[in-house]
Amino acid sequence: MLSRPIIEARAIHKSFGPLKVLDGVDLVVAERELVFIIGPSGSGKSTLLRCLNRLEEPTSGHIVVDGIDVLAHRTDINALRRRIGMVFQSFNLYPHMTALGNVALALRRVVGLRRRDAEERARSALARVGLADKADAYPAQLSGGQQQRVAIARAVALEPRVMLFDEPTSALDPELVGSVLRVMRQLREGGMTMVVVSHEMEFARAAADRVLFMDGGRVIEQGPPDCLFGAPKSDRLRAFLRSLERH
Amino acid sequence: MSGWELFLFSFLNLRVIAEYLPSIAAGFLLTVQLAALIIASGLALGLLLAVLRSLGSLVLSFAIVLFVDLFRAIPPLVLIVLLYFGLPNLGFAPSGFVCTWVVLALVLAAFAEEIVWAGILSVPRGQWEAARSTGLGFFATLRCVVLPQALRLAIAPLTNRTIAITKGTALGSVVAVSEILAQASAGVSFSSNPSPLTLGALAYLVLFAPMVLLARRIERRFAWRR
Amino acid sequence: MELFVSSFLNVEVVWAARALLLQGFANTMLLIAIAVPLGLAGGLLLALLSLTPVRIARLLLAVWVDLFRALPPLVLLVFVYGGLPFAGLELGPLGSVAVAFLLNSSAYYAEILRAGIDSVPRGQWEAARSSGLSALDTLGWVVLPQAVRNVLPDLVSNTLEVVKLTSIASVVAMPELLYQARQAQSVTYNASPLVAAALIYLLLLWPLVRLLSRLEHRLPSRM
Repeated sequence: MLSRPIIEARAIHKSFGPLKVLDGVDLVVAERELVFIIGPSGSGKSTLLRCLNRLEEPTSGHIVVDGIDVLAHRTDINALRRRIGMVFQSFNLYPHMTALGNVALALRRVVGLRRRDAEERARSALARVGLADKADAYPAQLSGGQQQRVAIARAVALEPRVMLFDEPTSALDPELVGSVLRVMRQLREGGMTMVVVSHEMEFARAAADRVLFMDGGRVIEQGPPDCLFGAPKSDRLRAFLRSLERH
Repeated sequence: MSGWELFLFSFLNLRVIAEYLPSIAAGFLLTVQLAALIIASGLALGLLLAVLRSLGSLVLSFAIVLFVDLFRAIPPLVLIVLLYFGLPNLGFAPSGFVCTWVVLALVLAAFAEEIVWAGILSVPRGQWEAARSTGLGFFATLRCVVLPQALRLAIAPLTNRTIAITKGTALGSVVAVSEILAQASAGVSFSSNPSPLTLGALAYLVLFAPMVLLARRIERRFAWRR
Repeated sequence: MELFVSSFLNVEVVWAARALLLQGFANTMLLIAIAVPLGLAGGLLLALLSLTPVRIARLLLAVWVDLFRALPPLVLLVFVYGGLPFAGLELGPLGSVAVAFLLNSSAYYAEILRAGIDSVPRGQWEAARSSGLSALDTLGWVVLPQAVRNVLPDLVSNTLEVVKLTSIASVVAMPELLYQARQAQSVTYNASPLVAAALIYLLLLWPLVRLLSRLEHRLPSRM
């Protein structure tokens, strides 16, 4: 199972002024692994994710993704980010472009494909998320679930080695969550390495290889979902799981 | 003469109008040239400044804000007069045309920078992050993702401001630019009849009324964004 | 550099022209005190008139407003000052400035105030009227305060423009700041009085520009 790690983050610290958000976090992810990160809001899980592609600059620590030192100055961060797909809670689709335009932009500007080739690849990415017929729709004409699937297609089209999901379903109406999880499951079955910050516990139970519980900027507990959910060791995780059940 | 006839004789005197039509037409052409130069260079410089400001350099931003404040606070006519009558003291005497162009272009650049910058600020952070996460660089993100959205928001205020500042070409008459108003005023003093002024006002309307109507359409079309 | 200082930043020349500049400043303040209230009052009147349900009246008002948005204020001023006397209407510099500014700035203020009134939800009218307030009271106590708040950046911005615009009164020999500075400059053949005038405008208006910049970056603005 544990082939060579594709993400290796060591001793990550991150402070916003006096506020310590990450306090020495280690995260090692193997190829084809799906790692789930859970924890109360403010536990630092989103910040950890955003450090992995350097949307957030860690205060200290080491991060290697796919053999490349993320934090080194000589690293071409744009070339690296192409290999790390990211999906955001609020979709962040470009409102002035069609679904096709959203997916094709980086294919043209970063990969350097010609317009026709970029659009062809964008169409097949949209087809993979079940939105072949929405290529010419603008984000405002799409439902939240469809928008998030376009956002996934935008990341997948670049053929990344890793996908990061930052609460991908938190902004969705409950009836739209399923369609996004289905696409994530497909990706998973296709062997994509994924790090997911989310509260979708059922999905975690069914699909995750490993679950990390974070609180106060540290990893408190980790292990296979059955262990973590079935027999939580720490009080904090027990309290957190109880608080989820109440909702 | 009745009152109406007196009015026509004074303000719509066809004989006088016919006499001064050529010179006012020449003034019209000069005004169009001046206006085109002001709009092209002012908007280009304003856009450039807004882009420079988005680089986030503290020193650069400070200098830009200083420039903008200066040209927003001092009346353009004061600056035109200062350049035109002051620079010869340094042994350098640009024409009134150049003085008017430079000052109004800088004023337009200052306002355009503010408007475009406000547009850039209004684009959500997530747009930057999404684009950067797909590997787009800073300038590609600015050009393909942020500026199109910022300009959409900026276009209505930008058109209004451009019209208001470009109308300042009339200020050139103070520093010997033979634009419409200068030609019309000269006509009035030669003919002792104000009809050339009527014609001049009409010439300005021909030039700017279409722009005002365009601005109204733009305002309606882009209203949904606010 | 020395040449630059002696011809642009010459303190002695400015000091010698202080009486002239001071008088100019006083006249500029007078012009502001006339032009801003006149423009605001005219603009409010036009904005209220444009609330009329009569379509043709609204159209005529829009044409009127656009006419003065398209006409350069200096052309208007020269027309009033130099043209109207031929019709036996001699207003003098101050009167001409007042009329030209009333026509010009009221058009701009009207546009802004109308947009402000439009931005107040209909429910506000209905709630106020249903509580027994008269139309006038509704307007004055409920609608206008919200309208002004919603377009405050634009109102301040336009006022700034009106204040700067008073400098065109120099063209019709009104002895305001620019005119007096130009007088001093032509007598001494030294540009320092003009620089002084520019600095006075800067000192007067910089606080307003700063305020505006903060207002504009807080809420999206139109003008």
